[in-house]
Amino acid sequence: MNFDFSDEQKQMRDEARKFLAEKCPPKAVREVLDGKAPYDKTLWKGLAEMGFLGVAIPEEFGGAGAGHLELCVIAEEMGRANAPVPFSSTVYLAAEALLLAGSDAQKQKWLPKIASGEAIGTLALFEGKGNPSPKAIKLQASGGTLSGVKKPVPDGAIADFAVVAARTGSTGRDSDISLFLVDLKTGGVEAKSLTNVDPTRGQAELTFKNAKAEPLGAAGDGWSILTQVLDRAAVLLAFEQVGGSDRALEMGRDYALDRIAFGRPIGSFQAVKHILADMYVSATLARSNCYYGAWALSTNASELPEAAAAARISATQAFQHCSKNNIQVHGGMGFTWEFDCHMYYRRANTTALTLGSLSYWEDQLIDRMRKKNAA
Amino acid sequence: MNFDDTPQEAAFRAEAKAWISANAPKQYEEELRKSSLGRTVLKGANILEVAKAWQKKKADAGWACLHWPKEYGGRGSSPIERVIWQQEEGPFGKLSGMFIIGHGMCGPTMMAFAGEEQKRKYLPPLASGEKVWCQLFSEPAGGSDVAGLRTRAEKNGDDWIINGQKIWTSGAHYSDYGILLTRTDPNVAKHKGLTMFFLDMKSPGVEVRPIKQASGQSDFNEVYFTDVKIPDSQRLGTVNDGWNVSLTTLMNERMSIGAGVSTGFPELFDFCNSLMLEDGPAIEDRSVRSKLANYAVKASGLRYTSMRAISALSKGERPGPENSIGKLVAGSMVQEVAMYALDLQGAAGVLSGPEEAEVAGKFQAMLLRAPGTRVEGGTDEIMRNIIAERVLGLPGDIRVDKDVPFNKIPTKGRA
Ligand SMILES: Cc1cc2nc3c(=O)[nH]c(=O)nc-3n(C[C@H](O)[C@H](O)[C@H](O)COP(=O)(O)OP(=O)(O)OC[C@H]3O[C@@H](n4cnc5c(N)ncnc54)[C@H](O)[C@@H]3O)c2cc1C
Repeated sequence: MNFDFSDEQKQMRDEARKFLAEKCPPKAVREVLDGKAPYDKTLWKGLAEMGFLGVAIPEEFGGAGAGHLELCVIAEEMGRANAPVPFSSTVYLAAEALLLAGSDAQKQKWLPKIASGEAIGTLALFEGKGNPSPKAIKLQASGGTLSGVKKPVPDGAIADFAVVAARTGSTGRDSDISLFLVDLKTGGVEAKSLTNVDPTRGQAELTFKNAKAEPLGAAGDGWSILTQVLDRAAVLLAFEQVGGSDRALEMGRDYALDRIAFGRPIGSFQAVKHILADMYVSATLARSNCYYGAWALSTNASELPEAAAAARISATQAFQHCSKNNIQVHGGMGFTWEFDCHMYYRRANTTALTLGSLSYWEDQLIDRMRKKNAA
Repeated sequence: MNFDDTPQEAAFRAEAKAWISANAPKQYEEELRKSSLGRTVLKGANILEVAKAWQKKKADAGWACLHWPKEYGGRGSSPIERVIWQQEEGPFGKLSGMFIIGHGMCGPTMMAFAGEEQKRKYLPPLASGEKVWCQLFSEPAGGSDVAGLRTRAEKNGDDWIINGQKIWTSGAHYSDYGILLTRTDPNVAKHKGLTMFFLDMKSPGVEVRPIKQASGQSDFNEVYFTDVKIPDSQRLGTVNDGWNVSLTTLMNERMSIGAGVSTGFPELFDFCNSLMLEDGPAIEDRSVRSKLANYAVKASGLRYTSMRAISALSKGERPGPENSIGKLVAGSMVQEVAMYALDLQGAAGVLSGPEEAEVAGKFQAMLLRAPGTRVEGGTDEIMRNIIAERVLGLPGDIRVDKDVPFNKIPTKGRA
């Protein structure tokens, strides 16, 4: 047994950390936060040049072909830096859907563009409130076109293409759902940016009016593909959440060492120490669950559904816990726009909802554990 | 990253599995499987005798204290082999409960500080369970603040004379030996005047009085020392260096990682799977699922944290203070799990008799044992201090008594 990343993978993590520290300082995140740009284009290009966008994309499709463990270590660093780029929507959702279900032609068309940074992709799943569910999908497919409204769609306003979940049947079963690929630049789709809790990660409403669409995967397989895409993205996003948790913990620790009150560093007060110790505990439990998810993802193990749900829940809890308590440790300063604490707090609480809410994943986890137990 | 056995590990696993299946006391397997924190019952048998017999059998075949050197009764195994053994031993591993303090803390301390001849004399019977050891650290005046202890050791020729009282000593009533921390110089700061010994618990002047615990059981004791004589040859470490010796003991406690702290989750999951509520199986209830999921990720988080620690160990890294997280998380979790399982039982949750209570009163027993789990081996608060100070590098607590001679430190909070 070797339950750790390899030296090469750790080296890649260090490389990514160094790169992001330089190219994505909090100042760069703020450009997007303050609404000066929808995402950081320079950073996006840099990520492509470093080969990070195509880490897990096979070489035949223009990627580095390294694998998913490598993508996990990059994801952690993206979360730690709070990078304001459409990485998760493009790499975890769109690329994974293509890898899982795309035809050779579809892969050839889009994957090299993802790896090179030319194309931003996303997954259009939700239609208003609620959690992932076949029943909630109303957007209709007919004769190679789609009609209906999707929202919120992560990075929908800047995406070049979308993987869209649509209704192709009316039997009331999961097989009513199919996936489609839509080139968002060819007309028939209207995109509207929506204001949201975390401006560094855009959300949009996409209105499809007889938009041209090509099937992705077999008709009626949409839900089963989606479930797999969500599981894979859950693990990857969980690494971002762990990266964010660790950064929030570090910020809190550093502040506690510097800030003096009552003649002592506040980090010498036990109440503050214990807050930070509990942040460490939640971040560590999440990290360990994520490692298991990474193992399951990279080996395509039958444990993946359960491991993904556990990683997702644990990392969501940890990021929320660490980011809110980081503000508490910072006192009044933590509540100012000027301090970076709120950027992580925003990210934690929006990431918690982007693939289905915490309670959705709780439900999934128990379902999956039960199935395994019964088997 | 992988969970696969190497060919060598696979061979070890196969050997262990075969031996266990041929030798384990299978007649108790079912009861041991069902037992949980606070309740280990073997009908019609004395558990201490069953445990000793199993330990002896293991020792004779070379399966006891796997990571100890062979000459001291172990096997010289790698950390991974130890984990593989634990996985294969399964419920029978619960029988080692009464040897944890001896094997996990006293043995390693002896190994580090006793003379070669003593090690060869005392360690093999400790490994084989023939002799049971206890740890005599805590006192009424010093628990979390171990260095606040008052039991005196005074030099008299080649002997030391011990007077004082220990408390909360687990297993003292059936122990043959103990490691004992004493005060040898009250005129210096508290950490600087301590000395460690080991002693025969049958020595004249040692009196063990079992304490009835909040759980109703009696696993720990008060131990009184009246002019107890210990030869100087049984001193561990140098005079007045007992604090450093005790740190070795406490650090070794962390080596017990991988032993798998009990969280209560598997028990709760099974329970929710079988329990029928008014509207159907408990596990189909929305709120039950949410609770279960929260406990599930804590339990799996701990499991994989310990696997990460084992992986680090196998690369030759030392277990660090970050391993305090296991005890901290599992301790309060087991308590919450027990409370929740009782809550699900509604009015009948108050019943604890094995005949009438759900799953033989397992969760009721867990509930009553759990408060002790959060205290023994360092309280939750001490664990958080360790993480904050030693892992995160935050300042130590202000210690007003640090430089005060021990005999000048106040002894009452309110005058
Ligand atoms: C089941 C059980 C078995 C045990 N077995 C053994 C044994 O075999 N051998 C042995 O030597 N001892 C044993 N102990 C003793 C155990 O180690 C002590 O009880 C424990 O260390 C706490 O000490 P205390 O009981 O004196 O509590 P105290 O130290 O008096 O603590 C009381 C409260 O104050 C808090 N507190 C104390 N100091 C601090 C601080 N610095 N910061 C924040 N909070 C603080 C504690 O967290 C606790 O909440 C056992 C205890 C139990 C419950």
